[in-house]
Amino acid sequence: MAKEKLERVEGRAAVLRGDDIDTDRIIPARFLRCVTFDGLGQHAFEDDRAQAKGNHPFDDARFAGASILLVGQNFGSGSSREHAPQALMRHGFRAFIGGSFAEIFAGNCTALGLPCATLAPADLAAVMDSVDLDPRQPVVLDLRARTVTSRVGTVACQLAEGARQQLLEGTWNATVVLLEAGPAIEATAARLPYVNGYP
Amino acid sequence: MPTAPRSLLDKVWDAHSVRELPSGQTQLFIGLHLIHEVTSPQAFAMLRESGLRVRFPSRTFATFDHIIPTDTQARPLADSLAEEMLVHLERSCAEHGIRLFDPGSGKQGIVHVIGPELGLTQPGTTIACGDSHTSTHGAFGAVAFGIGTSQVADVLATQCLALARPKVRRIEVTGKLRAGVYAKDVILAIIRRLGVKGGVGYAYEYAGPVIDAMTIEERLTVCNMSIEGGARCGYANPDEATFDYLRGRELAPQGAAFERAVAQWRAAASDPGASYADRVELDGSALAPAVTWGIHPGQSVGVDEKLPRLADAPSSERASLAEAFEYMGLRPGEPLAGTRIDVAFIGSCTNGRISDLREAARVARGGRVAPQVKALVVPGSQAVARQAEQEGLPEIFRAAGFEWRKAGCSMCLAMNPDKLVGRQLCASSSNRNFKGRQGSPTGRTLLMSPAMVAAAALRGEVTDVRDIL
Repeated sequence: MAKEKLERVEGRAAVLRGDDIDTDRIIPARFLRCVTFDGLGQHAFEDDRAQAKGNHPFDDARFAGASILLVGQNFGSGSSREHAPQALMRHGFRAFIGGSFAEIFAGNCTALGLPCATLAPADLAAVMDSVDLDPRQPVVLDLRARTVTSRVGTVACQLAEGARQQLLEGTWNATVVLLEAGPAIEATAARLPYVNGYP
Repeated sequence: MPTAPRSLLDKVWDAHSVRELPSGQTQLFIGLHLIHEVTSPQAFAMLRESGLRVRFPSRTFATFDHIIPTDTQARPLADSLAEEMLVHLERSCAEHGIRLFDPGSGKQGIVHVIGPELGLTQPGTTIACGDSHTSTHGAFGAVAFGIGTSQVADVLATQCLALARPKVRRIEVTGKLRAGVYAKDVILAIIRRLGVKGGVGYAYEYAGPVIDAMTIEERLTVCNMSIEGGARCGYANPDEATFDYLRGRELAPQGAAFERAVAQWRAAASDPGASYADRVELDGSALAPAVTWGIHPGQSVGVDEKLPRLADAPSSERASLAEAFEYMGLRPGEPLAGTRIDVAFIGSCTNGRISDLREAARVARGGRVAPQVKALVVPGSQAVARQAEQEGLPEIFRAAGFEWRKAGCSMCLAMNPDKLVGRQLCASSSNRNFKGRQGSPTGRTLLMSPAMVAAAALRGEVTDVRDIL
């Protein structure tokens, strides 16, 4: 199934501060006890939210309806569970803008059509502070121009080039693209001795 | 025509490249795909929805590890959700002709323990699994990495992944480890030095005298935690130890084919003079047994050191350190040794192999677990359990007051009934000390080697195992 081309994400943003927020915190392992991803959205950050006693950004009414999540360094570290971006997507997020992202998390996001853009530390701090003061402002992530626009102005962002191309071209459903190689897959397998019993 | 010297990563990448994709990524052929009950059900559903078949069913192998209980594994499981997940995988494997190592096979276990012990994990190959600790298999000189569920579907449908080629950082561990210092201490020291995101975009090539002197099981421990340093894959170059380990394994090549395989495995190793994006050196002789004190695996100290002080940290890191101290209930500048523990867990894909259990038993022999401590030994596989039984290890553990369990991931991620309760503090041989990782939202984890966990269990507090050995 072909996917839509994604050139920009525009919407309100939510601010989630802190570095090294791992996928166990995004979706605790007990919610992986399922054979579908349905219903994961309501459990995003469940334990962090319980411990914050209403003071977690996901319980902040000012951020309700946000479609862009602003995060710190190394967001999504740890487990490869796709349940993490699935939960955030089902919670309503369409893009992540942060300091840096863990590699498997970012790959999983691309597979779901969710861009992960990084900003220089000073720019990220400025955008986070601005959104914190005025959460109703629109924030725009432009994948083609590689920019983030907010009340701070327009600042340059970075995206992994392969992921950016996949999103811009609507080829982020990798299965479809990989299938296009056709018999070249079997030809590669035929060249690998171990696939053929070390003849 | 002579070619320029290449790293193992580059040789394997080039050999498995199906084509360059328009996105600039590589379409990479995956030689071995391992699946388990937790991250595959949705992938099989995606396949069904798209009307696709499994392209190379003989190159995928399945087992139960994440959710399976370790007290009794009799079916149907008491937990109906867990039972549903096992049934789901059984049906998918039957439908698509995938070999499943269930408890009845005698070969079930943690996916990263059984791949090596069955001889499936081989040098110069590509390996993927819907689990971040797939980096473990790099111990054989394989390029192995964790993937998400959509990518599990990619591999099932095409035996390929779309990936960007990583840079390679060579990490040389020099010198010789002192007694009581293990592979776990080496990788914790590497992550402490390079940080939990230092490896993003890199494959880690582990080398140097300490790595060369390691057994395959020790290299498995090191490579296992590459992902905790941000590196999606990590590997050691194959050598005689690798070939000796594989000789005679059930699913490794046999007879003359084995000898032909060895020649190819040898050629897969990085060439002398290969260039690297980065090089790091670490003095193995200077290492002490390591213990994590915080909420990610980069926050560790030697057991003979004091915890860091906020004032000594760069200002950008102070908030993270303060958050970790608050969650853990520990104080900056204090020693960690002597901290009272509630639970001791020996097991996991990091440290659930026979050599790990032997070292823990060496410490536990003749001792007694402290009265307040619940102590658990969970073998990484049924084969590990059988070997331990032959060596009398369960008797040693039971006599000391440890529970001896069946194979599975258990309290590493607590998807089964093995969980911390409340704010319990656990000395654990696993790989992650994240907030809530071991099943209680406020539970706390101290990562260390299996021998250090056994020592902590006996003394009831964090202890330098060198005082006992």
